[in-house]
Amino acid sequence: MEQEIILKKSRLSLSFLKPLVAKFIPKPNKGTLFSSLKKTGITILSIALFIGLWHWGAKALYNVEAEYKIEKALTERGVEAAAAERACIASGDSSCQPNTLPSPSQVWASLQSLIADHKIIKADKAAFVTKMADTNAKLIAKGKNPIVYTGRASFIDIVLTSIRTVFAGFLLALLIAVPIGIIIGLSAPLRSAFNWFIQVFKPVSPVVWYLLVFMIVKTLYIGDSTDNAFVISFISVGLCAMWATLVNTAMGVSSVDKDYINVAKVLKLGTFQKVFKVILPSSLPLIFTGLRITLSVAWMVLIAIELLAQSQGLGLFVWEEFQNGANDSNSKIIVAMFVIGIIGFLLDRLMLTVQNMVSFNKNEAV
Amino acid sequence: MAYLELNNVYKTYGEGDNKTEVLSDINLSIAEGEFVAIVGFTGSGKTTLVNLINGLLKPTSGEVLFKGTPVVDTSHERGVIFQNYSLLPWLTVGQNIYMAVKEAFPKEKKSVLTQRVKEYVAMVNLTPAFNKRPKELSGGMRQRVAVARALAMDPEMIIMDEPLGALDALTRGNLQDEILNIWSKDKRTALLITNDVDEGIYMADRIIPLKPGPNATLGPEFKIDIDRPRDKTALNDNPSYKKTRNAIIAYLMDIGEERKSVGTTEYVLPEITPKSFVA
Repeated sequence: MEQEIILKKSRLSLSFLKPLVAKFIPKPNKGTLFSSLKKTGITILSIALFIGLWHWGAKALYNVEAEYKIEKALTERGVEAAAAERACIASGDSSCQPNTLPSPSQVWASLQSLIADHKIIKADKAAFVTKMADTNAKLIAKGKNPIVYTGRASFIDIVLTSIRTVFAGFLLALLIAVPIGIIIGLSAPLRSAFNWFIQVFKPVSPVVWYLLVFMIVKTLYIGDSTDNAFVISFISVGLCAMWATLVNTAMGVSSVDKDYINVAKVLKLGTFQKVFKVILPSSLPLIFTGLRITLSVAWMVLIAIELLAQSQGLGLFVWEEFQNGANDSNSKIIVAMFVIGIIGFLLDRLMLTVQNMVSFNKNEAV
Repeated sequence: MAYLELNNVYKTYGEGDNKTEVLSDINLSIAEGEFVAIVGFTGSGKTTLVNLINGLLKPTSGEVLFKGTPVVDTSHERGVIFQNYSLLPWLTVGQNIYMAVKEAFPKEKKSVLTQRVKEYVAMVNLTPAFNKRPKELSGGMRQRVAVARALAMDPEMIIMDEPLGALDALTRGNLQDEILNIWSKDKRTALLITNDVDEGIYMADRIIPLKPGPNATLGPEFKIDIDRPRDKTALNDNPSYKKTRNAIIAYLMDIGEERKSVGTTEYVLPEITPKSFVA
């Protein structure tokens, strides 16, 4: 049982949790308990230290901003105004709070409010659906489009949109890069023919990819009033992120161990068999390394692209909060930052798990 | 007519100034059912010679004839056991052999093929490891899989490229017996490339030394007149064994000396003195 739990955890590659899991299982050996406690303890300690530093830094910045506000009130409007300003800041009134790096507690509060907001919107949506059920049924019966909820998107919806965009982009990258990578990996002339293409387009910035995709998709969607922001953003994300997979696949396929090729020749495998039974399996580890890079790049460029494409995702959320400048905007941005980071981390672990499953050489994948 | 024949075979690598002739004027003829061993130093072009015979390489000039027809490509008639096993690491023992069997007998039913795979796995005593991957096997077990894979395709000739080179002495001895056993059952033609003179004498009918490359060529052949089945322990007392062994080793030592004396360039080593870090 104990073995099983640890195995499962390690397959998920959440190895830093391993000591924590092991801690809850009685072990005869005292030494291992101590060392596992130490390992988990170090992680927790470093998180605590990070939050402490952040809290302290945020407080210092807050004070600088508050001092400046009071000073400004003093020079511009006199002693009384300064005293009023000081009292206002101390009271915690939202109208005069210094606008700076939010503290951990403010960010936590923002997260709570975003979740609460999500619950309200969800209830709203459910009410809307029940209210419109009859009308929509009639509309569908008449062959018309049903009325859908078009209210504000909640934070969870935004996160889900982002994840959907990344996966759609990733899938696109996979479908383009892997087959092309295999084909150019198999043929040296094609490889040199594609080389300039890869070298030129690989370093192109996400912003430029977005503009390029926008030009094309806009034309293709002419006369169509549906929202194409999602389409534009996922295609841009896919095109930005596919290069690592393309290069890795081509390299993996072209550098298959000579011994395996000799085996294929001696067994007289046909071309199809050779590609699918020898070349592809042996290059899978490299292909998956490429896919892992692709997924993390996709998640990284997503924010910029969603911002430009006005797609209802985390990128747009961050930008709108920044433009909004409300009292809790800064802390919402930090919440989004953490959500982006944590999802990115989980996506990477997910890919690593898949990579470990397909890799025949377990020591190869790091 | 010889079963396998090499006539004035030359093999060069590279072009222009970088051209090196690895094999020069190789002439070899093997009769059907014969077990021939080629003994040579490492780097003398043994693997190149094997690849010319199995069809992975083409000679620069000269011809390789198998049953009277030139070798242009690999063939199921010539099974190859590679030096480094060359098993596909993502397939299990059974799957590795099945892949070969399926290619060799494309028309057979799946059940027949599976039966054949099981048979050959059993022959090399690996039935318990049937579903294991090469990673989980020892070197000797991997080489046995490679032997089973080559034999399961039912080749008319077995070509072995230093098949036991990477194994320890005990495993090596066991595998030599296993290979001999299999060979003597249906008397396939066999070509063994090795760097071990004793192995050659124990297993082969004829030993041909390969003079070290570049420009490697075959030396005079030594016939082994020891009755089969040969007994490893009794072999040491066999006068014929001793004589042949000494003759081959003397020959190899001579050509080794010859090779050394060819290179006369002296290299001046740089004067290196330890630096003192205590100022």
